[in-house]
Parts: sequence; structure tokens; C-alpha cells
Amino acid sequence: MIAIQRIWWQRLSFVNLFLWAFRIAVIVVVIWGTAGTLMAGKYQREHWIFFTVFGLAQGGIYALIALGYTMVYGILRMINFAHGEVFMSGAYTAYFAAAALYNSGYLNRHPLISFLILLSIAMSVSMGVAVLLERIAYRPLRYAPRLVPLITAIGASFFLQYTFRGLYGSGFKAYPEFDVLKGDWIIFGVPVLRTQVLVLVASVLMMVGLYTFVMRTKIGTAMRAVSEDMDAAALMGVNVDRVIAITFAVGGAMAGAAGVLYAMVFKQVHFFMGFVPGIKAFTSAVLGGIGNIPGAMLGGMFLGLIESIGPALILDGLGIVAPYQLKDVIAFTMLVMVLIFRPSGILGERLAVKKA
Amino acid sequence: MGASGAQRTPLRQAVQIGLIFGVVGVYLSLVGMVETFHGRAVIAGVISLGQALLLLTGLGAGFVVARRIPKDRPWHSVAYGALAGSLAGLVLFTLPLLGNFVHLRSMFVNASPTLFELLTFGRGLVRGGLLLLVVGAFLGMSSVLILRIPRRILRPVGVGVTTIFLVSLFQEQLEIMLAGPEAIEEIRRFLFDVRGLTIPGASFLLVVTAVGNALWTKYRESIRQRANQLPAAGQKSLRALLLVAGILLVLILPIVTGSFFAQVLVFVGLYTLMGFGLNVDLGFAGLFDLGFVAFFAIGAYTAALLTSQGPLGIAHISFWGAIPIVVLMSLLAGVMLGVPVLGIRGDYLAIATLGFGEIIRLLVLSDFLRPWLGGSQGILEIPKPMIFGFELATPQQIFYVTVIFCVVVAYIAWRLRDSRIGRAWIAIREDEDVAAAMGINLINAKLLAFGIGASFAGVAGAIFASMVGSVFPHSFNLFISINVLALLIVGGLGSLPGVVVGSLALIGLPELLREFSEFRLLVYGAALVAMMLLRPEGLWPEPVRRRELREFEPGVQPVAEEALAGTKGQVEVERL
Repeated sequence: MIAIQRIWWQRLSFVNLFLWAFRIAVIVVVIWGTAGTLMAGKYQREHWIFFTVFGLAQGGIYALIALGYTMVYGILRMINFAHGEVFMSGAYTAYFAAAALYNSGYLNRHPLISFLILLSIAMSVSMGVAVLLERIAYRPLRYAPRLVPLITAIGASFFLQYTFRGLYGSGFKAYPEFDVLKGDWIIFGVPVLRTQVLVLVASVLMMVGLYTFVMRTKIGTAMRAVSEDMDAAALMGVNVDRVIAITFAVGGAMAGAAGVLYAMVFKQVHFFMGFVPGIKAFTSAVLGGIGNIPGAMLGGMFLGLIESIGPALILDGLGIVAPYQLKDVIAFTMLVMVLIFRPSGILGERLAVKKA
Repeated sequence: MGASGAQRTPLRQAVQIGLIFGVVGVYLSLVGMVETFHGRAVIAGVISLGQALLLLTGLGAGFVVARRIPKDRPWHSVAYGALAGSLAGLVLFTLPLLGNFVHLRSMFVNASPTLFELLTFGRGLVRGGLLLLVVGAFLGMSSVLILRIPRRILRPVGVGVTTIFLVSLFQEQLEIMLAGPEAIEEIRRFLFDVRGLTIPGASFLLVVTAVGNALWTKYRESIRQRANQLPAAGQKSLRALLLVAGILLVLILPIVTGSFFAQVLVFVGLYTLMGFGLNVDLGFAGLFDLGFVAFFAIGAYTAALLTSQGPLGIAHISFWGAIPIVVLMSLLAGVMLGVPVLGIRGDYLAIATLGFGEIIRLLVLSDFLRPWLGGSQGILEIPKPMIFGFELATPQQIFYVTVIFCVVVAYIAWRLRDSRIGRAWIAIREDEDVAAAMGINLINAKLLAFGIGASFAGVAGAIFASMVGSVFPHSFNLFISINVLALLIVGGLGSLPGVVVGSLALIGLPELLREFSEFRLLVYGAALVAMMLLRPEGLWPEPVRRRELREFEPGVQPVAEEALAGTKGQVEVERL
């Protein structure tokens, strides 16, 4: 018995050694790069503030999308791979409203109302797509083995992408700009892009709203109950099907809102635009601890920051050419490292080993 | 609709079905399928693929009505079928109606005048709309009535009609195959018009396949019995004969069908190789790798660096000399990427490996590694494989190389599955903790699975590199990983013939239908979803599992089929 244990221990240690070496290597690289960048003094204070605001705005969008992943995972223990497409569908549909409003001149006469109209269109379209997705593709598979809904989600993701390509065409569409949001505002003596301020404020408001909804309302309570234990919740009189549909609807609405904000930052939409933000948002959800709503918000912000500051702070100092090409590498490395070293994420419970 | 469907009145159900199918028709029109397919005739001058699509929508409404609504009063369901069909027509009619007043095209690119004309039969809004309603009602009604025809007659006719559709769909490929001596040219001219089948050709096909199917249904049993009554030696030689015939077919196929077909088959072969690799990871050991393209890329880049004649080549050795090094490198890569993720299970493993795959692609693409890997310009001037000073350059020749590697890898995979390590993998797949308690060394077994799976994909990458003659980072995207995963699931997880079937269905078919490439991924996605909903165990499930499950089944009926899926589900719940 003891002998067997020692063999186990010996073999484990080889893997542990490797993982420790990996950890140390990452830490050394980060410190080395940071020191190199700071000593070179290539970037000024304004640069860092710009990176920070940009990262937070980007992170707000990730966080809004991540909420959909995290809520669905919390209830169904399933990765809704098609959530990026839900995000795209809202943004893409709202484009047509934006273009119409812009052409009629209404957009710049009443920017706030126009913005709210766009938000509501995008949110309701994304909500509809998410609910249909759940009803048609996921509900029949609720008790299927885990691989099956994942494949379904991948299929649904292709289906949605190419549906919208067929409906709206395959080209990039330029989102009209709000005149009010051109240029920047001076905040604490630093110029900050107006769009980013709007995105940041809007996404924080949305998240606060969602958090209150989940914590304070009756439906929110039901959602938390279902996520805790579906069968027990059903026994307590919660209509599980309805709660799951509402979860998808709320997650979809958040993604739709994120879609409009994303389109305002990047000023274009495309049928394939959901893929990369989708994966990033999933990374944020994992970073914050999947299944955990504040975690998704925190994770999103964190990922946005790392992505915008990381290349300049770490990679530039290592003497890497064109560090911004590698910003996604930083994001994915974060993802892999979180999964390996802290699967529970920043705030979550330990899921990757136990429940998965 | 499930449980609550039983309480609804037939009328409401018929209305609902009609509306749903109407929306499907509108969807097919707006997404552009109807108009694009209208350009291709099924039978020249009679019906186009686009029209056939709309007809199928109408028939589908009637079909669902016939299935859903109780048959106790037969004539009622005919009326309901007509109702559903005409409602579907009505919903479809809203499209040209709306298009008449609003400029739909500024939003929906496919809402063209041609489409509207097609929907109203080119007879203006009022008459066309009425006609649409009548045709819808007729289709819904006839679909209900068609289902009343006895199976004995319905089945051969159905097979005949399906054959006509398939032949017209693959017209281009078939015409290439039929190009040649005058006698064969004659057949081609008899069957095909410029686009679509000729009327005599179509009727000929219908009669031949229908009669053939009827005869086959009638004599199938007696043929099978005759074969079973043969002595053991006879049966053995019969099987050997079939095998030889199959091999000959595979070998002759690309020569008969031309280089385009051979090219498609090479892709099928490459995906089969990768499929065998992922099958070791996921099918045997239950390790969910969604970054599998990384090993394909590593194989391709290793081969490229070793063999390239260009400035980035480092060794200038031959393709065959590079293969062992490629295998070794990708095996090592598999193990190296496997070590950090040893402790992760299930879909988390999938996401972690997806991350690895993307990291590798982005690194190869970056300017940072450009001096060594060429960045987005890739590595060029990779020589073709040579045998005795003879260059294997045409797709047909590459196809034979691929087939040889597939056979070798399939043999290795098959022997591995039944070996000690294979059983260890399956034990890990079923329950990791129990497997560890039974004395299986989890670390070694998992790393071996990662390494072997990766080495299969590496070989595929090497062949790919030398076939294309250059490698670019853009060829190694996530879509390849997803394709490999999907073909495994569609073929039947863990089953070796399933890998071949899956890659033929998911890679071969869409490649052949390049003409409709716009809708390739749309249909692909829809097919994946439908497959998971209707037949999650795959097209060719693992024989052991099928046998295990069939023991409890009294007969092979559609109901048994469902129970099979259900039982399998329970087995798999344990798995991940």
C-alpha cells in the first residue's frame, strides 16, 4: 500500500515539477517584460490611461456577453457555443435601424432616443434568437450526454452565422456615427474617447440592472434556485422550463446590448463578428469563475484590461516586434492558465474537476 | 410540442403547423436558397431545384399534419392537411405582398423581384397569390393522401424520386465521369440537358430505380439466406471477394472520376487521418481536444521546414525522410501540450485545448516568429513526394499516398483499441477514478493517448503540406478542429468505420457540392443540429456498443432505435 502511494507521489511530482516550471517561467517572463518596458520609458502617463480606459470599455462589452455564458452554464452546465452569434444577430439587425435613422437625420437630432431605440431593437432580436435557440436546439437535449449539446451548439453557431449572411449579405456594413460622440472629453485632465465613456457607463448600468434583477426579483430568485438544484426547484413549484427560457432571454438581451456597444466602438458589423468576442467573453466567464454573475463582470473587465495593457507592458519589454498582433495570445494564455492553475476562476467554486 | 401537443385540438395544431412551415418557406426564400437553386433544374423545363424546395415545404406541412393529427376520421385529416398547406402558402404570400409596398431589399439582400416573380408564378400579385394558396392546399392535401398509399408501392417510388434529385444535384460530377468514348457520351446526352435531367432521362431513372428497389425488397431475404447457407469456406471466400471488390473500387475510383474527385477524396483521406487521431483521444480515452488543428499544423510546418527548397527550409530532405521526424515531433507536441491539462476534464479540457490551438495559430501568424516560420507569407517550395525518382504530383497519385497512410493508421488504431493500453483508455473514458483504482497509470495512459492522436494528425499535416506545396497559417483555423470533432460524432464516436463514414459525409459531400458553397456551412450547421436531435449515436456506431445495447431490444423497429439512443445516453452520461 505504502509502496503504491510512493509511486503515485513520484509520478505526480514529475507533472507538478513541469507545472511549477511553467508557473515560474510565466512569472519571470512577465516581470522581465514589465521591467524592460518601464525602464525603456517608451510610454507616457497618457498612454497608460488610454490603455486603461480602452481596456475597461472593451472589458465592459466582454462582461455583458459573458453574463449570458455564465448564467446558462450556471443552470444547464452547458457551454452555449452559439452565444457569440446571439450577440451578432442583435448588432447586425440594429444596423438597419441605425442606417435608417441616420439617413433621416433623426439620429443626430435625438441621439439619446436613437441610442435607446437601437438598444431595444438589438436586445429584442438577440433575445428572440436566444429563446428560439433554446426552444428548438437545446431543450430536447437537456438530459442528453454532455457532448451532444456541445455539438448542437457548434452546429447552431454555424447555422446562425450563415443565416444572417444569407439574410443581410456577406459584406462589412459601416455603422453610422453619432456626432455627439465624435472626439473626446477631458476627464481629470486626460482626453478620453467619448464612445468609450458611453460604452463603459452603459455596460456598468446594464450589469447593475441585471444584478438587481437576479438578486431582488422573484424570477431572479427562481433562476438562482434552478441553478442551485434543478430538481429541488421543480419540487418547490418553480416552472423550470420557463425559468430556463427566461435565463436565455436575459442573457440574449445583454448580448444584444453588448452588440450595439461593440458596433459603436468598432463602427462596423459583419456576420462573422460574433466569433472572436464570443470566445473572449467565454474566457472572461471562466476567468471570473463560471456560473458566477459578479465573477463574469469582474472577469470581463480584467480580460479587457490585460488585453489592452498586456502587449505594451509585457511583450514590448521583451523586444517582440508588433506586440499587438499577440494580444489574443495573451487572452488565450490567460484562459489556459486559469483552467490549469485555478479552474474555479477568481470568484467561482471549483468546477472543472468536480462537476465537469 | 411534446406533452402539451396532445391536449390541443387538431384545428389549432393544423394552423400552427401551417404557420411554422410558412415561416420556413419565407426563411428559405430570404436566405437566398430558393432563388439560387432556381438556377438549377431538376428536370429541364419542368421543375427547378428552387421550386422543388418550395414544393417540399408544402408537402412537409401535410406530412407533419398526417403524423400529428389522429387518424380516427380519415377525411378530416385531409382537410387539415389542405388547411395547413394553404396557410403556409398564405404566409409565403406575405413576402411578395410586402415587397410590393416596402423596399425589402435594403435589408434582405435576397428579396429580389426575381424571387417575388418566382413566388407568384409570374402571374402578378393577385392571381399569383391565389394560385399560391391553391397550390399550398393541394400540396398539403396530397401529402396526407400520399401517406395512405401502401408502403409496398410508396417506397420504390420514393426511392426513384430521391434518385432523380440526387442525380440532378450531382449532375456536374456525373457528367465529368460520363465524358469519354462515344457510347458513354450517348448515355450522357440521353440523361442530361445543359442544366438538369431530360424528361426521358428522368423517367428512365425513375422506372429503373423503382423497379430495382421493388425487386431488391422482394428477393433480399432469399439472397441473404442463400449466402448464409453456404459452407464456411464459401462464406469466407465470398467475404474475401467482396473485400477485394471494395479495394478495387477505391483504387479505380479516382482514375474513372477525374482529378477533381481525386482531390476531394484526398481531403476526405486527410480528415480521416485526423479523425483516427482524435478518435484515440476522444473516442477511446474520452479526452476532449478541441485544438486538434494544432497537431495538424505542427506536422505540416515540421514537414515544410524539413523539406522546403526555399529560404526557410532547414534540412532539404525528402518527404519520406521527413515523415518519421514529423511523427516524432507531433507525438512530442501532443505529450507536451498534454502534461499541463492532465488534471482537467470534460468541456473544460475542450476549452483549454481550444486555447492552445489558437495560441499556436496566432504565434505562427505573428511577425515575432516570421524569421523562422514565414509569418502570414508561409513556407513555400515544398517538394512533392518522390518514389524511385518519380514525382507524385497529380491528385490521383497523392490520393494513393493518402490511402496507404490511412490503411496503416487504421490498422494501428484498430490494434491499439484491442490492446492492453486500449482497454486502459476505455476504462479511463468510462470512469477515471475507478480506472485509477484498478491500477491504471492515468498519467502515462493519457499522455500516450494525446501523443498517438497527435502523431496521426501530424502525418495528415505532412501530406497536406507536400500536396499543396506551401503552408500558410490561415489554413490551420479552428474550423478544422470543429470539422474533425463533428465528423467523429456524426460517424459514431469510438467507431473506426464511423470515422470514414463521417468524413465522407461531412467533408466529401460538401466539397462535391461546391456549386452551392454559399449554403454549405448553413446546411452543415443545420445538419449537425438535426443529427444530434434525431440520431445522436452517429451513422455507424461502435459495434461493441451496438451489440451490448441490442441484447435488450426485441426487434429492430423505429421505437427500438429511440430506446437505443436513450440507453446509449445513459452510458455516456457517465463518460464525461
